[in-house]
Order: sequence, then C-alpha cells, then structure tokens
Amino acid sequence: MKTAKGERLLPYFLIFPTFLFVAIFTVYPTLRATVQSLFRQRLNIAKFREPTFIGLANYVDLFKDPQFITVLTNTLIYVIGVVPISVVTAFLFAQIVNRKLKGIGVVRLALFHPSILPLVSAATIWMFLFTPDYGLFNTALKLFGYHGPENWTANPRLALVAVMLVAYWKNAGFYMIFYLAGLQNLPAGVYEAARMEGAGPIRIAFSITLPLLRRTTLFVSTIAFITAFQAVDHVFVLTSGGPSGKSSILLYYLWEQRFVNLDVGRSSALTVILIAILLAFTVSNFVLSEQKEAGDD
Amino acid sequence: MTKALPLIRRGLLAAIIIILVVVWVAPTIWAFVASTRPPTEPVSRGDVWFGTHFSLASYAKAFSLAPFGRYFFNTVVLVVMVFVVQAVTVTLAAFAFAHFEFPAKNFLFMFILLQLMIPTTALLVPNFSTIRFLGIYDTILAIGIPYFGSAFGTFLMRQAFLGIPRSLVQAGIIDGCSWWQLLIHVYLPPTVPTLVAFGISSVNWHWSEFLWPLIITKSSEARPLTAGLVRFTQLGEIGARWSLLSAATVIVILPLLIAFLVFQRRFIQGFLHSGLK
Repeated sequence: MKTAKGERLLPYFLIFPTFLFVAIFTVYPTLRATVQSLFRQRLNIAKFREPTFIGLANYVDLFKDPQFITVLTNTLIYVIGVVPISVVTAFLFAQIVNRKLKGIGVVRLALFHPSILPLVSAATIWMFLFTPDYGLFNTALKLFGYHGPENWTANPRLALVAVMLVAYWKNAGFYMIFYLAGLQNLPAGVYEAARMEGAGPIRIAFSITLPLLRRTTLFVSTIAFITAFQAVDHVFVLTSGGPSGKSSILLYYLWEQRFVNLDVGRSSALTVILIAILLAFTVSNFVLSEQKEAGDD
Repeated sequence: MTKALPLIRRGLLAAIIIILVVVWVAPTIWAFVASTRPPTEPVSRGDVWFGTHFSLASYAKAFSLAPFGRYFFNTVVLVVMVFVVQAVTVTLAAFAFAHFEFPAKNFLFMFILLQLMIPTTALLVPNFSTIRFLGIYDTILAIGIPYFGSAFGTFLMRQAFLGIPRSLVQAGIIDGCSWWQLLIHVYLPPTVPTLVAFGISSVNWHWSEFLWPLIITKSSEARPLTAGLVRFTQLGEIGARWSLLSAATVIVILPLLIAFLVFQRRFIQGFLHSGLK
C-alpha cells in the first residue's frame, strides 16, 4: 500500500500529546531530580541558595542522619505491617463473599466501599475513632478492662499503628475484588474432585486455591507495596509525622524536607531513593510473573 | 445431627459476615450520623452516636467557615478537565499503537509506559519547579496537567482496540474510511465501556488526590475538596467539634458514594481493569 508522507507521520502525531506529557512530567523530572540530588541547594539559607555540586554528599548525609534512619525504620514497619495483613485479609474476604447468598452484594459493597473514599476523608473519619476518652477504640478496649494509652495519634508507640490501621481499612476491600475476580475464574471441576477425595475447606484453600491464584497474589502484593510507599495523606491528617517523627514515613519526610525545610538537594536525593524502591518492586514483579509464566508451560 | 451441623455452620458464617459488615461500615455510618448532630452539642462519653435531635446546621456552619462550595466547584472542574483531555490523548495514542505499524513503535510504547513505573506522586519536587517555570502555580490546570497523558489509559485502550476483529477494520478500509472515520465508526463503538471504566477510575483518583494539589495551590480559587478538608481540620474553631468535621467529610465523600452506588458494576470493572495484563 502506498502511503503519502502525511500518512506515514500520522501515528507520530497521534502519539505526540501523550508522549509530550510523559516527557515533561515523568521523564524530565526523573532526570532533573537525579541531577539536583548531586547539588547542595537550600532556599532558606542565603549562601546555599545557588546550587553547588557536592557529589553524593546528600545521600551520605541522609544515611548519617538518625532522623532519616527513623523514617526508614517507620517506612519498613508501615509497609511490612500493612501489606501482608491487607493481602491476607483481602483473600479471606474474597473467600467469604464468593458465594451465592441472599444479600451478598451488599456485603461486597460494604467491604469494598472504603476504597473509593479519598484517603484524607478516611483519615478524618478515623480521627474520631482514635480520639482520647470517648473514641471508639478506647471505648472498645475499656469493655475488656483496658485503661492504657488514651491518645492514639499522640502516643509515640501508637501513632504509626493508627496510620497503618486507616490504610488497612481503606485498602483490604480493594484488593479483595482482584481475588474475587480470580476465584470466579477458577475451574469448578478441580473443587469437585478435591471434595470427593475428602479435602476440607482449609486444605482446599492452601493446596488448590492459593497456588492457582499466585499470579493474583503477586499482582495484588505489588500494587499494595507501591500504594504503601505513595500514600501519606492520612499522615497529614492524623499525626503530621509526629510525635517527634515517630510516624513519619518516606514520602512525608520528602515533602517536609522540600516544603518545610526548603532543602532542594536533600529532597531530590529522597525522590531518587523513592523512585529506586518503586522501580525495584515493579521490575521484580515483572521478572517474577514472567518466570512463573514460563514455569506454567 | 447430620442435619444440624450444616445449620450451625451456616449460622456461624452468617454471624461472621454480619460482624464483619458492621465493623467495616461503622466508621462511615458514624460520620453520616455525627454530621446531623446539632453543632453546639459536643460529643462526649456515652453519646458518641446521636445528639438530642436531627439537624443540618453543621453543614451550614461548615460552609460558612470554609468555602466548600468553591472547593467543590474546583474539584468538579479538575476531574472533568482531566478526564476530557485524557479521553482524547489516550484514544489517539492507543489507536496509533493498535492500528499502525511504524518505526520506533515499541520504543515509544515503552517510553509512555515509564509513567506506570515511576508514579507521578513521587515526582512532586521536580514537578513543582516545572509548574513554577510554566507560570501556572496555584491554578486548577496545574493540578491536572501532569496527568493529561496517561500510560494506564493508553495501555487499556490499546488492549481494547486490539480485541476488535481485523475483518471489521478491513471492511472499513475497503469502504474508504479515513483514519478518523475508522476510529469513530469501527474502533470506538465497541470499546466505549473500557473508556468509561477508565474514566471512572480517573475521576475517583483525581477527586481523591491530596498531596500534589496541596503543594501546587495556595488560594481557595484553585484548592480542591481534599486539600480544603485538611485545611478545615486545622482551623482553630474546629477543635473536637466532631459534627462539623463529619459534615465537612460527608461533603467530600457523598458524591463519590452516590456515584459508586449508581455505577457499582462499572466502578468495580474500572478498578479491575487496572489488574489486566
């Protein structure tokens, strides 16, 4: 087929708008952050206003800073605390709601609805649950005779837990729908066979359902990890990273370094670290899923 | 005995389900109930749910303390603007990738998919400088512009377009359709549901986004609901006045919940699509 010159260029014109926005707001800023992370630039200190090349000093300083180590530890606790529990809950929820019962649609909606709420409003709702004295948590705990820490979000040991609970409540139902879709695509025949052999529900879950849904688990875990590193809105509402940095996590700290401390160099280094972590998860998910696919054949 | 056992098991299951549902919806229901408490009655031990009478005064008070009407308007403008632009950019790019063969096609596709690997949220520091440079700081446009191109949407629509039978496309070409006629009459009609599903997740995401709008706006003229809500929680008058805070929260979430109840299936499809490989 002969094509005019305009025709040959057409696909590039069609792609151009998307290409342009990705170039300006994804590729360029990634490169820019990488370069700026090698410079000292602090907007609130006159002699450091102009960028000076300092090599890897921003990174070295970060890892020497006990505050950053606290942030990393918090992030690790947050991610390791939220991700596995949400994914396991999602799997259990899906098992529970994957049956034909009257009103099961309402149950699914109830478990799923927090996922459509903005994280900030999930947090403003939960603020009340964590409130001292008459908050729901303390009221519930008092029923069991517990009169411990009153103010969840201001307690150094509980602030991070409070933040994690909100994320858990918001996301478990979201991951549930992926498991539900996975469960509904499973072949019914395998289950018949297993039941005939006398396998109980727990045995079936572990030796049939979970292995068959491993791709779902891989996918759900990856988005759960990525979400955990990106979501800090509830930290703003509930704790502002406090008390004394005890609930500050990576992205919150990044924001603080740039927009409170006006430290461009350090916040750029943090951006690079965050991107590296996120890329590590996406790439390993990709590699793992390719591997499993090869193993399936 | 053999008959009683399944009955007990079914009863147990029902009990577990009911407890689960109650626990899961309690926070949201509480927000709705608390927002109808008269604003002058503080919540205290023992009456965390209901005030003396039903009242909508907390809403009026919330609207008078902060320009929620304006925030609401900004959010609606934002989500509509972002989706309208995305619908165009995404459809055109996906059409190019699905319909044409051209040099550097794979490279360009991978280039766009970078946006899926490096989330825009993580790039707020350098993007802040870009927005300053472009001179659009503190505008609704600034909140939306980084999302005008969407790798996720391009990917989804390309998948949908690839699902269209080649024979249909060939027939269109034989009939002498130009490229845009092919797009509008052959490619788009069967894939509108995918576009709608993408639109729902886009609208939900931009309605909910907080951190980027927080740093890129400073005035009520541009600030969306989420940033407005957080600002509201920090007002001195709010303190522990839970009815006001709940009313403000409901203002932010009610449209989403209504849309969700109306379009349940499409919502869930929209979210599930993000799981397609």
